[in-house]
Amino acid sequence: MAEYRLLSTSGILGYGFPEDSIKRGVAMGVDMIGCDGGSTDPGPHYLGSGKTLNSRLAMKRDLRLMLQAAVAEGVPVTIGSCGGAGGEPHLEVMADLAREIACEDGLSFKMATIHAEQDKAWVKAQLATGKVKPMRNAGTLEADAIDRAERIVGCMGPEPYMAALDAGAQVVLAGRSTDPAPFAACAMRGQVEPAPAWYSGKMLECAAAGAIPKGHDCIHVTIKNNGVICEPPNPDKICTPMSLANQSLHENASPNFFQEPGGLLDTTDCSFDAVSDRAAMVSGMRWTPDDQYTVKIEGAELMGYRAITICGTRDPMLIGQSEDYFDLVREATATKVEAMGIGRDEYQLLFRAYGRDGVMAEREPLAASPSHELGILVEVIADSQEMANTVLSVARVSTLHLDFPGRLCKEGNMAFPFSPSDIECGPAYRFSVYHIVEPKDAMEMFPIEYEDVRN
Amino acid sequence: MAKLRDIAAVCKSKNAGPFELTIDAVFADKDMFEKVKATGVICPQLFVDLYGVKEEDILFTVYDAGLAFKATLPRLVSAGDLGDTDVYGAQQHAPLLEVDVPI
Repeated sequence: MAEYRLLSTSGILGYGFPEDSIKRGVAMGVDMIGCDGGSTDPGPHYLGSGKTLNSRLAMKRDLRLMLQAAVAEGVPVTIGSCGGAGGEPHLEVMADLAREIACEDGLSFKMATIHAEQDKAWVKAQLATGKVKPMRNAGTLEADAIDRAERIVGCMGPEPYMAALDAGAQVVLAGRSTDPAPFAACAMRGQVEPAPAWYSGKMLECAAAGAIPKGHDCIHVTIKNNGVICEPPNPDKICTPMSLANQSLHENASPNFFQEPGGLLDTTDCSFDAVSDRAAMVSGMRWTPDDQYTVKIEGAELMGYRAITICGTRDPMLIGQSEDYFDLVREATATKVEAMGIGRDEYQLLFRAYGRDGVMAEREPLAASPSHELGILVEVIADSQEMANTVLSVARVSTLHLDFPGRLCKEGNMAFPFSPSDIECGPAYRFSVYHIVEPKDAMEMFPIEYEDVRN
Repeated sequence: MAKLRDIAAVCKSKNAGPFELTIDAVFADKDMFEKVKATGVICPQLFVDLYGVKEEDILFTVYDAGLAFKATLPRLVSAGDLGDTDVYGAQQHAPLLEVDVPI
């Protein structure tokens, strides 16, 4: 049975890790160095806008250390979900950074970029086959939603990475990918069986999140005899059977079943055992291949332009009737903006009351017992930024001055901390596609480009 | 009788993708986990009561290997959608803290 060693630098490229950790990790022996670059977790903004989650400078710092180490060791670097959302603009930023670093540091390597952004016509053709299924709670996909999406990406599996590595690429930068893919791909090419290869990817994609104490840092994994041994290079951290078991709970619907492109990773019967005072091993995972290869697609659409203002009230009479008061403000605002030619259906006006139910909304069990002061966030979403600003301005004045039953605070209902008080937030997006498609194979959706980076 | 907040090692919530919320209660040792499990208090119905979701919409797992209970429920709206209050879903665990566990 092959032994295979992987090093993941951080949970998301650009989150940072101690330079000493990558050095120690490499010294432990590595057959690859990788990092997951993205997530849907920070919300739809990045997929919608094309902006990267982390700053260029933060990504460049992490990528430089990875490229330097990989070139020195002669091992591959694989990075998934580049730039956060893994669309074309995100991937392009990462490819530029790799070229820039190579030029600055005199590094040479064959680089593959794997594209994950999907052609809308292809997605529509999939829809027409009737085989597009929603992820849980995502609802049915309509053709209109495909048209409206700013960008749709597919979450690739390990196969495109394996193809790129087979073609001789040392640096593989991929668009949106299932998080374990950059690691599982290398392990499977290293003759590791799919079950431990996928599980190692699960552990590596969040890097040191499976170690204690928590903190953005590297993790080193050795796969041998179908066991996945995790050890943090940082001597201040350890992995224990329990820290690894609990990592299976993180951001997953189930700790036992993970549907991935091409199969199901079943960890129901996993054992977690200490192998030293700093390392622990997971074994007993199973991989069941699917008859039909599936890929998750993600899309985001523009829902409008946002403007907000933040204020607070300390008035008990107002706090006692906050929701009714917001209704009064909504009505007063609608009347005023209608006079400017802005209809009620052209914007959305929302109030969040922190200290009442600002965090949990309708799931807040203590909403009826609000505190002595309320923080109010007034939000407008409209078809243009100018319209959002206009409606917010009216809503802000109304929130400050509107009369309400029992009002004693005749000079103003709200404390505004800032001047100016109104904040333009720009375009606002929502996830509009979160579905499963059935490509004809693992490669169809993910074209690969190669480039010799020579310095 | 004990409050969950006084006997759990971890009680947390997070997105499980943009359309679901997952809530975990983790215990530090097997004795406490088994005691809590034996009470049957942490069950799908608890999440029906606390979060106002339908039982068929809850994916509930007793995770022995991690000494943990896990419930995954629909989000009120998808992460970042109009009216969302918690893009990361990281602050939806609090009602669980106050649950009385008869141990």
